Amino acid sequence: MPVVTWLKRHLVVIGGLLTLGYLLLPNVVVTVFSFNKPKGRFNYEWQQFSFDAWKDPCGVADMCGSLSLSLQIAFWATVGATVLGTMIAFALVRYRFRARGSVNSLIFLPMAMPEVVMAASLLTLFLNLGAPLGFWTILIAHIMFCLSFVVVAVKARVMSMDPRLEQAAQDLYAGPAQTFLRVTLPIAAPGIAAGALLSFALSFDDFIITNFNAGSTVTFPMFVWGSAQRGTPVQINVIGTAMFLVAVLLVLFSMVLGNRRNRQKA
Amino acid sequence: MNTTDNSGDVRLSGISKTYGAFTAVHPLDLTVPQGSFFALLGASGCGKTTTLRMIAGLEEPSGGTVFLGDQEVTHLPPYKRPVNTVFQSYALFPHLDIFENVAFGLRRRGIKSVKKQVVDMLDLVQLGEQARKKPHQLSGGQQQRVAVARALINTPKVLLLDEPLGALDLKLRRQMQLELKRIQTEVGITFVHVTHDQEEAMTMADTVAVMNAGRVEQLGSPTDLYENPNTTFVANFLGTSNLIEAEVDTKSGDDIVLKAGGGKLVLPEARCSAPTTTGGKVLVGVRPEKISLTHADDAGEIPEGRNRITGKIADSSFIGVSTQYVIDCPVCPEFEVYAQNIDRDARLVPGAEVVLHWNPAHTFGLDAAQDIDAGVDIEEEAA
Amino acid sequence: MATATEAPPLAPAPDKKPPRKRGRWTPYWLLLPGLLWLVVFFALPMIYQASTSVQTGSLEDGYKVTWHFATYWDALSEYWPQFLRSVLYAAAATVLCLLLGYPLAYLIAFRAGRWRNLIMILVIAPFFTSFLIRTLAWKTILADSGPVVGALNALHVLDVTSWLGWTSGDRVLATPLAVVCGLTYNFLPFMVLPLYTSLERIDGRLHEAAGDLYAKPFTTFRKVTFPLSMPGVVSGTLLTFIPAAGDYVNAELLGSTDTRMIGNVIQTQFLRILDYPTAAALSFILMAAILLMVTIYIRRSGTEDLV
Repeated sequence: MPVVTWLKRHLVVIGGLLTLGYLLLPNVVVTVFSFNKPKGRFNYEWQQFSFDAWKDPCGVADMCGSLSLSLQIAFWATVGATVLGTMIAFALVRYRFRARGSVNSLIFLPMAMPEVVMAASLLTLFLNLGAPLGFWTILIAHIMFCLSFVVVAVKARVMSMDPRLEQAAQDLYAGPAQTFLRVTLPIAAPGIAAGALLSFALSFDDFIITNFNAGSTVTFPMFVWGSAQRGTPVQINVIGTAMFLVAVLLVLFSMVLGNRRNRQKA
Repeated sequence: MNTTDNSGDVRLSGISKTYGAFTAVHPLDLTVPQGSFFALLGASGCGKTTTLRMIAGLEEPSGGTVFLGDQEVTHLPPYKRPVNTVFQSYALFPHLDIFENVAFGLRRRGIKSVKKQVVDMLDLVQLGEQARKKPHQLSGGQQQRVAVARALINTPKVLLLDEPLGALDLKLRRQMQLELKRIQTEVGITFVHVTHDQEEAMTMADTVAVMNAGRVEQLGSPTDLYENPNTTFVANFLGTSNLIEAEVDTKSGDDIVLKAGGGKLVLPEARCSAPTTTGGKVLVGVRPEKISLTHADDAGEIPEGRNRITGKIADSSFIGVSTQYVIDCPVCPEFEVYAQNIDRDARLVPGAEVVLHWNPAHTFGLDAAQDIDAGVDIEEEAA
Repeated sequence: MATATEAPPLAPAPDKKPPRKRGRWTPYWLLLPGLLWLVVFFALPMIYQASTSVQTGSLEDGYKVTWHFATYWDALSEYWPQFLRSVLYAAAATVLCLLLGYPLAYLIAFRAGRWRNLIMILVIAPFFTSFLIRTLAWKTILADSGPVVGALNALHVLDVTSWLGWTSGDRVLATPLAVVCGLTYNFLPFMVLPLYTSLERIDGRLHEAAGDLYAKPFTTFRKVTFPLSMPGVVSGTLLTFIPAAGDYVNAELLGSTDTRMIGNVIQTQFLRILDYPTAAALSFILMAAILLMVTIYIRRSGTEDLV
C-alpha cells in the first residue's frame, strides 16, 4: 500500500503539476513548431526540422511591420494608462470627495464587461463621430481598458502604505512636492510598475477590441488572426517563442539581481 | 519665564481639537520650558497624541495657538517647524537605507555634505556598522534608535516622541528609557514624550501631565503626582491607591479628623484637594506600600498616632521583593497592601484577622464627588 | 517647572485667518483626465450603442432613432442558441478552470517551497506569447491524426463524448469540447492568480490547528482552507466567466459553425454584415445579462469588495 499512501499525500502536487503542464503545453508546441518546415501554407503538422524561420524572422510580408506597430501602441498605451490610472488611484486612496461610489463603479465596470461589448460600443461611437479608424482609435481604446487595471494595482499598493511615512517626511522638512517625489512615489513604485507591466501585456496582446477599432491598420495579433485564415507562417512561432524566452530570461535576471543585492546588503 | 534662551519653550494656549461632534482635546493651556523632559501620560484615546501632533503641525488645531519660543507656529506646515518627531512604530522609509534615512532631513534643507554628521549621529546611537542596511533588516530596538537619530540630527528645538517604545519588549524598553534619558541630558533639547505607560513616564520625565478624556487632569513632577494625586483618576492610573469614603468630623490644627466605618482617620489638611466642611464626604487615599500589617493578636503593640483599620486577609501573593495582600475591610472591600519581605509573620495567611496601620502623613484626601474607580484598569486596555 | 494654567498673555492676537485648507480641489484635478477618458470612451459609447440598437434605416440612407424595440425581440429569437451556448461554454470553462486551477494555486501557496517563484513565472510567462498563437497551437495538439485524439480514441473516450454531443465522430477539433478546452486554457491563469493570492494569506498554522482539533486532511480543506479562499474563488470565477462568455476567438479558431458563440454573432453583424442595430442590440443584451448574473453572484457569495 505505500504507493497509494504516497499518491494520497502528493495528490495536490500531482494535480497542480498536471495543470501546469496543461498551461505550458501550447508554448512547447509553439517552440517546437518554430523549427518546422511545413509543406503547405499551414504550420499545424510536423514535417521536418529546419532553422529557416529563425534565420529570417522578418521574411513574411508585413509581419514585422505589425509587430513594431503593436509595440508602439503598447508603449504609448502603457504610458497613458499608467499616468491617468496612478492619478485616479491616489485620488481614491488619499482624498475624501463626493461621488466616490460612482467613481469606483466607473473604474470597476470596464473590468466586468466582456471585451466584445466594449469593442462594439466604442466602434459605434467612432462611426457616429466619423473618426478615421487606425492608430489613434486603437490607442484610445487600449488606454481605456488598461486604465482600470492600473488603478487597481496602484490603489492596493498606496492603500497598504503607512500614512506616517509621508508625515515623517513632512516632519523632516520635505515640502509637499519633495514628499511626493522622495517618499510617496518610490514606495508606490512597485504598484505602478505592476500596473504598467500589466498594461503593456494587455495592450500588446489585445485582439478583440483592436479588431473592431483598427480599420485597415494591422497589429500583430490581427496579423496572426488573418494568417489563421490565409496560412500560418512559421515566423509567427519564432516571434512567439522569442517573446516567451525574453520574458522568462528578464524575470530570472531581475530575480538573480535582486537576490545578489540583498545578499550584499545583509 | 523669559530667561536668556527660551527658544525651546513649547507654549500651548487654549488649544483644542474637535472632529465633528467629538472633542479630542478640550481647550488646553500648557507650557513646556526649554530643556525639560516632559511626558504626556494617559490611556489611549485621551487626546495625548493629538496634542503632540498639533505641536508637530500634523494636525490643525480647531482653536487656540501654538508657540515655539516666541514664534507663533499654529498654521505653519510641519516642514517649516523646527521640531522633529519620533513616530509610533518609527515610520522609517523602507526604500532608503539607514544612512539615507538619517540624512533625509539634512538633505531636504539643502545641506550638501552630510556624511560626517550622519556618521557621528549613527555612532552616537551605536549603529555605525548598520549604515547601509535597509530598515527591515534591523531589530526593533535598532529601528527605534534610527528613528531617534533621524530626528535628532536636525537639532530641533523640540523633539516629539509618540509612544516611541511601545513596540519593544519589556527588557529592551527599560534599556531604551535610560538611553533616551541619557541622550536628552546630553543634547539638552526639549523632549515631549507621549506614553500610556505610567512607569515609563515616571522614570524618564521631569514633568508629567496626566491626560484623561481630552483634558489635563494634573501636572507635576512624578513624585508629586504619585504622593499627592488631586483626582481619583490620577490616584488610580498612577500606581494603585486604596480609597476609603469618610466623613469630616473635626479639625485639629493642621489635621482633619474623619470618621470611616467605626474608626477615625487623620489627614493633613495640606494634602486634601477637596473642600472640608464638617459632615462633608471626603475620599481618603493611601498607597499600598505605606501600610504596615499586624496580626490582630498583636494589635496592642501598634504605636499611638497611626491611622488604623481592621480587616481580614482575603488573598496573598508572594512576588519576591514583596508580598501583596488583599484585605477585606468593612470600609473598603479590596484593600491592597504591599509588605516588604523582611520579617514574615507566618500567621499572615488568608483568613487571618489583621490591623492595617500607617503614618497619617501618608494619607491624601480627594473630592468624594468623583467616580471612585476612575482610572482603574485602564492601563491594561491601553497596553 | 511647567505650568498648566498660567500661560502668559499672548503677543497681540494674530489676526490672520488660517490658510485655506490645502488641496481641496486636488482630488478633482487628479481624477479629471482619467475619468473623462472613461466617460467619453467607455460610458458614452454605451449610450451610443443603446441608441443604435433602437434605430432603423440602412447603411446607404443612414440610421434614425425610431425606438424600434422589435430589433431586440428579433435578435433574441434568432440568436438565442448562441446566447445559450455562450453561457454554457463559459460556465463549463469556469468550472474546469476552478477544478484545474485550485490544485495548482494550492501547490504554489503551500507545497512549492523554493520552487514557488519558478512556478509563478511559468504560470505568468505564457502571457508573453500572443494568446492567438497559443490558441492556434491547440489546433496542432488536437489535430485529427495527433497523439491526443489517437489516445482518446483508443480508450473509447471519444465514443462517450460523441454520445454526449461534445464531440463528433473521431474528431475533437471543430467540436464543443475543443472550444471549451480552449476557453479553459485561455482563462486558467485568471483563476489561478486570485486563488493563489487568497490562499497565500491563510496562516499555515490554521492547518495545524485544524489537524490538532481532530480534522482529517480533507475535512481541514473543506472546513478551513476552502472557506477562507472564497474571495479568490469568487473573483477567479468572475475573471474567467465574463471574458469567456464574450469570447469569439476560441469558437472561431477551434470550433465550427455549430459552436458559434454570441461574440461571433456580434462580430459578424458588426464587421461583415454591417447590421449595426442588431449588433448593438445583441451586445446590449449580453452586457445586461452579464451584469445581472454578476450582481446576483456577488450578492449571494457575500463578497462585496472585489476591487
